Amino acid sequence: MLQSFGKYLLFMQSLFTRKESTRILFGRTIDEAILIGINSILIVAIVSTFIGAVTCVQVAYNLDNAFIPRSTIGFMVREMTILELAPTITSIVLAGKVGSSIAGGLGTMQITEQVDALEVMGINSASYLVLPKVVAAILVFPMLVILAMFLSILGGYLAGTLSGELTPQEYITGIRDQFIPYNIVFALIKSVVFAFLISSISSFTGYHTSGGALEVGAASTAAVTNSVIAILIGDFVLAYVLL
Amino acid sequence: MIEIHNIHKAFGDKKVLDGVSGVFETGKTNLLLGASGTGKSVLLKCIVGLIKPDLGSVTFDGTYFTNNKLDIRQEIRRKIGMLFQGSALFDSMTVEENVEFPLRMLTEMSKEERRERVDFCLRRVGLEGANKKMSSEISGGMKKRVGIARAIAPNCTYLFCDEPNSGLDPQTALKIDELIKEITEEYNITTIIVTHDMNSVIEIGDKIFFLYEGKKLWEGNRDEIMDTDIKELNDFIFANRLMRDAKKVEEEEREEEREEEERRHESENHTPASPEEAVETQEEPPIRKPEGPAATTQPGNHKA
Repeated sequence: MLQSFGKYLLFMQSLFTRKESTRILFGRTIDEAILIGINSILIVAIVSTFIGAVTCVQVAYNLDNAFIPRSTIGFMVREMTILELAPTITSIVLAGKVGSSIAGGLGTMQITEQVDALEVMGINSASYLVLPKVVAAILVFPMLVILAMFLSILGGYLAGTLSGELTPQEYITGIRDQFIPYNIVFALIKSVVFAFLISSISSFTGYHTSGGALEVGAASTAAVTNSVIAILIGDFVLAYVLL
Repeated sequence: MIEIHNIHKAFGDKKVLDGVSGVFETGKTNLLLGASGTGKSVLLKCIVGLIKPDLGSVTFDGTYFTNNKLDIRQEIRRKIGMLFQGSALFDSMTVEENVEFPLRMLTEMSKEERRERVDFCLRRVGLEGANKKMSSEISGGMKKRVGIARAIAPNCTYLFCDEPNSGLDPQTALKIDELIKEITEEYNITTIIVTHDMNSVIEIGDKIFFLYEGKKLWEGNRDEIMDTDIKELNDFIFANRLMRDAKKVEEEEREEEREEEERRHESENHTPASPEEAVETQEEPPIRKPEGPAATTQPGNHKA
């Protein structure tokens, strides 16, 4: 465990030694941002909309009390979405999609000697392949989390109003009630940390794959598992430190 | 010229290379020959720096490589072209992009210059017109050619090939071998090829290093390899029936030549028994003396 952590730290250090030119890394980062970001919009949209809808319905079910105003449902959907569901659930979904893709891609490159080919050319393969992924994830994840926040609240609005649990006015009143802008900052900090954890852990796992197709599959699975565990630990630490 | 000196490498308890030394000459195809698991690929990876040897050194044209400063190693690496066993083409790129990649990364060429160089390299390996194909759309032989084109694109000084004809049919394998030899001679580069294919040995083996259990057992050229008395090497060479038959035919020919020589020798030294016989012998045309002792059977003159 400690040995793996040490290897991980050394690997992260190697990303910043003998880097390629900024022009090349910039181009690679844009490519990776498109792969990570654009290709994840649909899944993030679907998951966050339904999470917002389900949250709204379940909160309405639990607040079936005449003394509690219906606008509280909107308030709770907003709080839960911004503080936890949008950044954490989105990141867990992205750990599955992006993390496995990164680990599988790098693992395949490793076993087919494409990584060796880069090294023989005198290119720092870790820096060339991994650094753009990490930077792209850090740039794109907050955008996806903002999208997830918006769609979750919209999903809650649609579920609440269409099911007749509350009126549109009550919902809007609720989501505007006691709004704390810092919560958005907190969510974005979380998304940046999770982006780093997912991209670096998945890259580390994929980059150190050896063997054949079976090992690539195992690396993808390990990348997702380790990323999700890291997200949950990180979530707790950030909540404890920043709230 | 590449020199390796006393290379040792072990993985855990398993000793893979045990003090291998040698000189790989420029303008020649140097072959690392041996059975599977004898350390050929590990030696190649030690030479190019993908694996760090436990002990020993590698020198490229007099410049020390192993354990030297990173920037010096990088400088040497940028002169290295390598063809991998599975070609190692970047599967997210087209053929053209694969060949262009080292030019884009390692040189300051303009886009137009890069395009011209890519077209030249693809023409040189006989792949004109394949520019836009993805690596998944081309055959194994074409992949090897693209790999060679990518290796020579930045004007490499050293070319390394890890089993360049594995998985190819004999005709395509021969073409790849010939292409490597032509390129080696044309650009006067130092080429090292890892192989266990005897066809390659016979066709292009200018200098051959035979590895056995991590040690260099023999060194020579393709003309000498058939006449060694090293059991391990002979077991390797004559493992297949074709080579055994070829050896048998060669031995039979040598035997016939030897008998012929003996007959000539006997008739030359034969003393006539009577005056009549002596007259008869004088009337016969003189027997031509052999030009040298078994000239055609000397080791090294054999053409397989």
